[in-house]
Amino acid sequence: MLEINPLIIFFAAIFTNNMIMSNFLGMCSFIAVSSEIKTSLSLGQAVTFVLTFTTLLNYMVYHYILVPLGIEYLRYIVFIIVIAAFTQLVEMIIDRYFPTLYHALGIFLPLITVNCAILGVSLFMIIRDYNLMQSLAFGVGSGLGWTLAIVTMAGIRQKIKNNPIPKGLEGPGITLIITGLMALAFIGFSGIVQIQ
Amino acid sequence: MNDILTTVISISAISGTLALLLSIANRTIANYGDKKMLINNEKELIVDGGDTLLSSLIENEIFIPSACGGKGSCGYCKVKVLEGGGEVLPTELGYLTKEDQDGGVRLSCQCKVKEDISIEIPEELFNVKQYDYTVKQNNLVNSTIKHLVLDLPAGKEIDFKPGQYIQILTPTYKGNDEEVYRAYSLASPPSQKHTIELFIGLIPEGICTTYVHTLLKEGQKLTVVGPFGDFYYRESEREMVMVAIGTGMAPIMSILRHMHENKIHRKCTFFFSARNKQELYMMDKIAEFEKDMPNFKFIYSLTRATDEDQWEGDKVRVPDLIKKYLENGANKEAYMCGSPKMIDSAAEALVEIGMEEAFIYYDKFE
Ligand SMILES: Cc1cc2nc3c(=O)[nH]c(=O)nc-3n(C[C@H](O)[C@H](O)[C@H](O)COP(=O)(O)OP(=O)(O)OC[C@H]3O[C@@H](n4cnc5c(N)ncnc54)[C@H](O)[C@@H]3O)c2cc1C
Ligand code: FES
Repeated sequence: MLEINPLIIFFAAIFTNNMIMSNFLGMCSFIAVSSEIKTSLSLGQAVTFVLTFTTLLNYMVYHYILVPLGIEYLRYIVFIIVIAAFTQLVEMIIDRYFPTLYHALGIFLPLITVNCAILGVSLFMIIRDYNLMQSLAFGVGSGLGWTLAIVTMAGIRQKIKNNPIPKGLEGPGITLIITGLMALAFIGFSGIVQIQ
Repeated sequence: MNDILTTVISISAISGTLALLLSIANRTIANYGDKKMLINNEKELIVDGGDTLLSSLIENEIFIPSACGGKGSCGYCKVKVLEGGGEVLPTELGYLTKEDQDGGVRLSCQCKVKEDISIEIPEELFNVKQYDYTVKQNNLVNSTIKHLVLDLPAGKEIDFKPGQYIQILTPTYKGNDEEVYRAYSLASPPSQKHTIELFIGLIPEGICTTYVHTLLKEGQKLTVVGPFGDFYYRESEREMVMVAIGTGMAPIMSILRHMHENKIHRKCTFFFSARNKQELYMMDKIAEFEKDMPNFKFIYSLTRATDEDQWEGDKVRVPDLIKKYLENGANKEAYMCGSPKMIDSAAEALVEIGMEEAFIYYDKFE
């Protein structure tokens, strides 16, 4: 594994290796919540926040507990438990100390537990053998990339809200098609850097 | 073997640590300490901060109607919060009208008590209690309706107005894994404080009615919360029009028994309809009213009379029955119970003949 600068990983995670546009991870909430820019932005923030910390936590759990004990194969289940517990904790803390933020994120926080992009990032960081700084950059970058994708999508959906769309394609249908087109656009970035 | 052991131990240890962390967080971060709750500007309670408003109230034996058990899916548990409820949550929005939101109405099962709070609830709810009844009798009165008679433990009494309803807490049973509350109108008169009577129709695959019809036996216990409702007998001089189908007879029966006992001789007509003669019930009681109450009249139709019924009378639905026998609705008041469809069409018929909407009282059995 060649040493990649964390900064490159950070930007790659936003553009060339965007979780949604190149890996199609985290699609469920992406499709469900992307109808308004404001809520999309809130969810994006929440995902970025949780991603950053769970990536760090999972990095430590993996390298300091699972590897020494020789039970790396348990990473799927352990990562999921860590993510679920952490989301709960974050929910409590935000509820208590940042009521306005809690109100804005409200129902989205528990939703994050089941966002597969979060698990994806933790697993990629292991597969790609990132070190701590690289993982951190990857976590934050992926979160911002996810936010970029969902906010852009919300913008497009708000624009086409009043346009005539064939009945069968309304809602999720047209969203998936737009996602495909956006993904094509994001392909334009690929080749600039390689991080895997 | 060793692998299995390490796996089990490490997974348990990791989950255990996280669970411990979470419960510590729950005790510290999510613990808001004791909060003051002011009810109707007069009653003050100390409640655990962090709990929902609904559970804090229930803890203090103040029962708010709730059909979904606090899942935020029935919209029954509305409470007016004057101060300290925080902002309306997205989970509440679907159940609150614009006026509700402007007036500070909240779903008490979603709104958490995180600071001192001041709320307003209808006075009647202070009278609402939880009762542990014993089933005294559970008989069929026709092919689909059971007459349930419940007894309170010695020394206990329930106070209600004729027409009000209670909620039965349906326990879990084979085939139903959630506890649910369902509303049932009281058919007994308010003078009868120790024993209540209900009429419960069987809804195919209904959670509560299946329980009552097939599993609930005499001698068993049944938890009931009540009384609730703003459908009840009003004192006035107006002529009364009563309308019901099926189990909607229950609250009307309570009102009629109340009037019968107290020798209230207001002019009063009761419109009822059933499909056939077999579906009629409580006819002997109604005959008694007709005999003792000179101004009481019972008018009914059989919409799908069978040949055996040898029915020569009316075969129309209630709204047409009303139009046929009631000339004008002015200066009268109506009491109606039954399915939403029946009530909507009957109310339309009443308004058509001149009854004021404000004097049409009803409970929709939805
Ligand atoms: C104020 C009030 C007073 C009431 N008083 C009485 C009463 O005195 N006697 C009485 O029998 N009921 C009464 N009801 C209705 C009762 O509360 C229940 O809704 C009903 O008994 C069904 O409960 P369940 O748990 O058996 O069915 P659920 O498990 O709630 O319902 C199962 C399915 O049946 C449908 N369903 C529910 N009710 C009906 C219906 N009436 N007809 C057709 N489909 C239906 C539901 O939509 C659902 O899909 C009253 C309701 C209200 C709001
Ligand atoms: S109890 Fe049903 S919505 Fe609150």
